[in-house]
Amino acid sequence: MNNIRNFSIIAHIDHGKSTLSDRLIQAADVISERQFHDQVLDTMDIERERGITIKSQTICLPWKTKDGRTYFLNLIDTPGHVDFSYEVSRALASCEGALLLIDASQGVEAQTLANLYLALEHDLEIIPVINKIDLPSADIERVKGQIAEDLGLDPETALLVSAKEGIGIDTVFEAIINRLPPPKGDPEAPLKGLIFDSHYDAFRGTVVHFRVFDGTLRAGETIRFMSNRAAYKVEEVGYFQLERIPQKQLSAGHVGYLIAGIKTVSDTRSGDTITHRDRPCEKPMPGFKEAKPVVFSSIYPVASDGYEDLAAALEKLKLNDASLIYEKDTSAALGFGFRCGFLGLLHLEVVQERLEREYDLSLILTAPSVRYRLHLSDGSIVVVDNPTMYPDPKDIIGAEEPFIRSTIYTPERYMGAIMQLCLERRGINKTYQYLTSDRLEMVFDLPLAEVIYDFYDRLKSITQGYGSFDYELLDYRDTDLVKVDILLNGERVDALSMLVHREKAEQRARRACEKLREEIPRQMFKIAIQGAIGGKVIARTTVSAFRKDVTAKCYGGDVTRKRKLLEKQKKGKKRMKMVGKVQVPQSAFLSVLRTDSE
Amino acid sequence: MVKEAFPIFDTLYIGGGTPTAMADRLLVRILEKAGSVFFFTDDPEVTVEANPGTVSKEQLDWLRQAGINRINIGAQSFRDDHLRFLGRIHTAREAENSIRLARGAGFADIGLDLIYGLPGQTEKAWIEDLAKALSFFPEHLSCYMLTFEKGTPLFADLAAGRVELCPEDTVAALFLKTSEFLRASGYLHYEISNFARSARLRSRHNRKYWTLAPTLGLGPSAHSFLNKPPTRWWNVDDPEIYLKTIEGDKRPVKETEVLTEAQSMTETLFLALRTADGIDTAAFDRRFSVSFDRMFGKLVSELTADGLLYPRGGRWAPTLRGMQFSDAIAQRLIDRI
Repeated sequence: MNNIRNFSIIAHIDHGKSTLSDRLIQAADVISERQFHDQVLDTMDIERERGITIKSQTICLPWKTKDGRTYFLNLIDTPGHVDFSYEVSRALASCEGALLLIDASQGVEAQTLANLYLALEHDLEIIPVINKIDLPSADIERVKGQIAEDLGLDPETALLVSAKEGIGIDTVFEAIINRLPPPKGDPEAPLKGLIFDSHYDAFRGTVVHFRVFDGTLRAGETIRFMSNRAAYKVEEVGYFQLERIPQKQLSAGHVGYLIAGIKTVSDTRSGDTITHRDRPCEKPMPGFKEAKPVVFSSIYPVASDGYEDLAAALEKLKLNDASLIYEKDTSAALGFGFRCGFLGLLHLEVVQERLEREYDLSLILTAPSVRYRLHLSDGSIVVVDNPTMYPDPKDIIGAEEPFIRSTIYTPERYMGAIMQLCLERRGINKTYQYLTSDRLEMVFDLPLAEVIYDFYDRLKSITQGYGSFDYELLDYRDTDLVKVDILLNGERVDALSMLVHREKAEQRARRACEKLREEIPRQMFKIAIQGAIGGKVIARTTVSAFRKDVTAKCYGGDVTRKRKLLEKQKKGKKRMKMVGKVQVPQSAFLSVLRTDSE
Repeated sequence: MVKEAFPIFDTLYIGGGTPTAMADRLLVRILEKAGSVFFFTDDPEVTVEANPGTVSKEQLDWLRQAGINRINIGAQSFRDDHLRFLGRIHTAREAENSIRLARGAGFADIGLDLIYGLPGQTEKAWIEDLAKALSFFPEHLSCYMLTFEKGTPLFADLAAGRVELCPEDTVAALFLKTSEFLRASGYLHYEISNFARSARLRSRHNRKYWTLAPTLGLGPSAHSFLNKPPTRWWNVDDPEIYLKTIEGDKRPVKETEVLTEAQSMTETLFLALRTADGIDTAAFDRRFSVSFDRMFGKLVSELTADGLLYPRGGRWAPTLRGMQFSDAIAQRLIDRI
C-alpha cells in the first residue's frame, strides 16, 4: 500500500487539466507515442472540442523513482463543470491528495476555489501547481500571491510547470510521491469500496470504477451495493491503463474496476458503497446521494419519422449516463418525443450534441425548465417541470421554485455589471468579499430558472471572460409563476409554452413573438402571433400575408427549372411543422428556444 | 427516330428571338422544309412570333401565303415611356401599325403580349393600356407580370437601385383587375397569363406544355418532350456550336432528363394548376395508377374551403385567387408525393 498514491487534478475550466493529465500519462510510458493523441482521457468528441471533461476516467500510472522503487499512481480524473460537482466530490472522496492546477496568467478562479473547498472537505493533501508558466502573460508572483491570500496555501510549495511544453513534469511526480500520503485501510477487514463512476462497455456491460477502502475483492466473489441491496457476482477486477488490465484481486488502497454482469450504468450509483454479500461492512461510506436532475426539456426529432431513432439513441446514451432521465412526451406541434431531465444546462447541451453528432439526429429541444412545486387549493402539492402539465391556474394557491447559491469570482471592475445582471435575474446578494485588492468573490442566491436561461453567456460577455461562476443547489422558495402560451392564429403551440416568473412573462413572450415573426415565412393568409397568459394577450405581432407567388411565364423551357425549385422547397418543407394551417419552419422553433442570444 | 416519336404534328410555333427579322425567303424556306420533312394534320396551328418594327406588309403577305395562320405580336405596351423602360426598340405607334398590318394581311388569329407591374404603374394606366389593346380585337392576349431576370439590363438596374420593384400588393391587384377586365370584355382567362376570345382560340401549342404533351424543339436551347417514358431534352445554347454540331450530323443536345414517377407527378400537378381547367383527377389516376382522392383529398378539401380550388366537372380547378397562389398550392400538393 505504501507504493500507491491516489490523486486527482482539480482546476478551473481551461486551466490545463487535460493537458497535464496527458503529459503525466506520456511520461509514465503507459502509452506509445503512436497511440497518443492530445487529451487522451477525454474520449468524447465534444469533450476534446470544448476542452472539458464530462465523463471522468481513471488511469494507473507506474512510476520508477531514481532510487529504483516503483510506485503506482492512480490518477482519478474529474468532470470539469459545475453541473457535475457531485461526481467531482465522489472522485475526490477516493483520493488522498489533489493537484490544484492554476493558470499562470488567469490566476485563481471561482472553480479553483470551489474545487479547493471540495478537496478540503475530503481532507485531501493539496499540491498547488502553477501551469502555463511558458506563456508571455504568465505572472507567477501574482498567482503565488493569490495562492497565499485567496486559498490560504503556502505559495512556496507550488510547483511551476508548463504541461504543454513538458516543463516541470518530473517535479509533479516527485511531489505526488513525497507529499501525498499513501492510502490507509485494512486488507483483512470486511470489504468497503466506493463507487465514483461507471461506464458502459458493449461487450461486458457496466464497468464500475471504485476505490477499495478496506478489505479485498477477488473475481468470483459476490458483492452487494449497499444503497439498493442489489447483489452481483463479480466476473473481473482490475485497473485501468487506457485499457483494462485484469487482476486477481484489488485490496485496500487500490483504485480500479469491476465487471459483474450489470446491465446498465443506471443500476449503479456514484457514491454507493460496495461490500461482500456474505461478510458486509458495518456502515456505508458517508456522503451518498442520488444525483437528481434539475433541468428539464423535451426533445423532439425534426422529422416526424425520427422518433424510433431518437428512442434508440437515448437508450444507448443512457447506458453510459446514469444521470440522464427521460420519459415519453408528445406535442401537438412536434409529435412524439421525450421529456428529459439533466443535471444542469451543460449536461443538457452535452446530451443534445451527442445525440446530434454521434447518432446523426436533427432535434428540437423545448425551453429548459426547472422543477416547480405547486400548492393546490385542495391542499396537495404537485411537482411540475413541463408546461404542458401545468394545472388550471384557478386551482393553484402558491408556487415555489428552486434557488441556488452562486459564487462569482471576478476582477473588481466588473462588480457593477455583475450586480446588475444578478439583480435582473431576481438574485439576492448575500455577501461580497475582496480576496485581493482588485478581485472579489460575490455570493448571490439566484432562482435556478434564471441561471438556465442565458446566464453563463451573459456573465461571460459582461466580464469579458474574466468572471467565473460556481453554484450549489439551495432550497425552494416562493415564487409568482405563470404559464405563457404562444399562439399562432389562435392555435396554441404547445412546444413553446413556458413557465416563467410573472415579472419576466411579458419580456419572454415578446421575445418569442419577435423570433417567430423573423422566422415564419409569409403565407397566403395573415398570421397573428401572440403571447398570452391564460386568455390575456401580453404580446402580439403579425406576419402579413403575401399577395401572390405565381410566376408569369411557364412554357417548355421553364418546366424543369420550376420543378427543381418545387423539389428543393419540398426538401426544406420536411423541416416544417404545421400549427393549424400555419407552416412553421424548424428554424423558428430553434430560434425561439435558443437561450443564448438576446 | 423523330418520325417514330412524332408521327404527326398539329401545331408549329416559330418563336424565340425575332424570327420575323430573318430574310423573308429564309423563313418561308424553313416552313416549306418542315412541311416536307414532318407530317402535319389538315388544320395545324402555325404561329409566328413578331416584334413590332420588324415586320413589313410584304413580309406578312409572304408568311400568310406560306401557311402561317396565327401571329403573336410582342407589343408589350402602347406607351412609349413604358417601352423605353422595358428597353424595347419599337414605339407605341409601331406596335399599333404592326397589328393593323397583320390584320390587313389577313391574319384572323392575332395574339398580343403585354407586360404590367412596371415601377410606378397605376391600375388606371394599365387598364388604359389594356383597353388600347382591345381596340384591335385581338383573338389572344398574354399579360405577363414584369419579372427581373438575372443577366438582363433591367436586373442590373434593380440591383443598382436605379429602379424599384412595383409593390407586391399593386401587382396582385393588377393581376386580379386584368382578369376581371378581360373577362368582362368576353375573354376566357384560361391560364395564369393567357386569355383567349373563345376556347377555340386558346393557344393550342402552348397548352401542350401545360399538359405535358409531346413537343419537338429545334434550334439552339429549344426544349423537347416525349412522354413514354417522360423524357425532356434541350439543345445547346450557343448558335455556332449548335450549327457545327448538326453539320457534323450529331444531335445538338445539351442535356436529357428522364423523369421519375414523382417528378412526372410534380410537373403534372403544378402545370395543371396554372390552367383554368385544373387537374383532371381521372386522368391523373390512370396515368399514375394511384388515387388522387386518397393522396390529396383532405388537402384539396382544405384548399377548397379556403377558396383556392373548386370542383369543375371532374377536375379540381384553381379559382382566380388560387391562380394567384398557384405556386404555393402546387407546393402543398407536391409535399404529399
